[in-house]
Amino acid sequence: MTGKTLTRADLAEAVVRKIGLPRNESQELVELILNEISGTLSRGEQVKLSSFGSFGIRQKGERVGRNPKTGEEVPITPRRVLVFRASNIMKERINTGLAKRHSGS
Amino acid sequence: MNYNKYFLGRLRPVIKSELIQRIAAGNPHLYHRDVERIVNVVFDEIVDALARGDRVELRGFGAFTVKHRPAREGRNPRTGEPVPVDQKFVPFFKTGKDLRDRLNKAGKSL
Repeated sequence: MTGKTLTRADLAEAVVRKIGLPRNESQELVELILNEISGTLSRGEQVKLSSFGSFGIRQKGERVGRNPKTGEEVPITPRRVLVFRASNIMKERINTGLAKRHSGS
Repeated sequence: MNYNKYFLGRLRPVIKSELIQRIAAGNPHLYHRDVERIVNVVFDEIVDALARGDRVELRGFGAFTVKHRPAREGRNPRTGEPVPVDQKFVPFFKTGKDLRDRLNKAGKSL
């Protein structure tokens, strides 16, 4: 996809624009939101944001991997990974938004 | 639906209103109603960006991108009949390094 990359600063800017909160407070709030989600997930709880999607944790068992460079076998330790599932509303908004640009491709 | 098939931890997820509640509780200088509006603006902004073809990269947390799946010829598995499948756009999230480490820092399994 072409297009640009948005960062925390752009999200904070949207809060300034739409809510009228001072910039420094907006930045702080964006950080607080991400932090709260990260903290909740690291405690093993899942987070469900209606009309956006849900973040959850999956436990992965140990398995054997391979160093792609050397071909050497290395054990991959058990770990927790994050999974994100987009809501249908998000998928719909993205598809209606992008279908126009890609028509004919 | 059985969430535990996909997600470990407690059965009922933390929903948006609870997230807002927690943020508001930890920040008494903010009005609950404002926290709610801000949370909505932030997530709306992410979806808007993706719908414009942009990506959103939040260092340490993760990156939201959209993958394009071109139109293809599918098949009805029952009849074997070819069916045209439209192109589609699939949102995708890649966990950031800090969050990935944070999930495993405790070193404990659930």
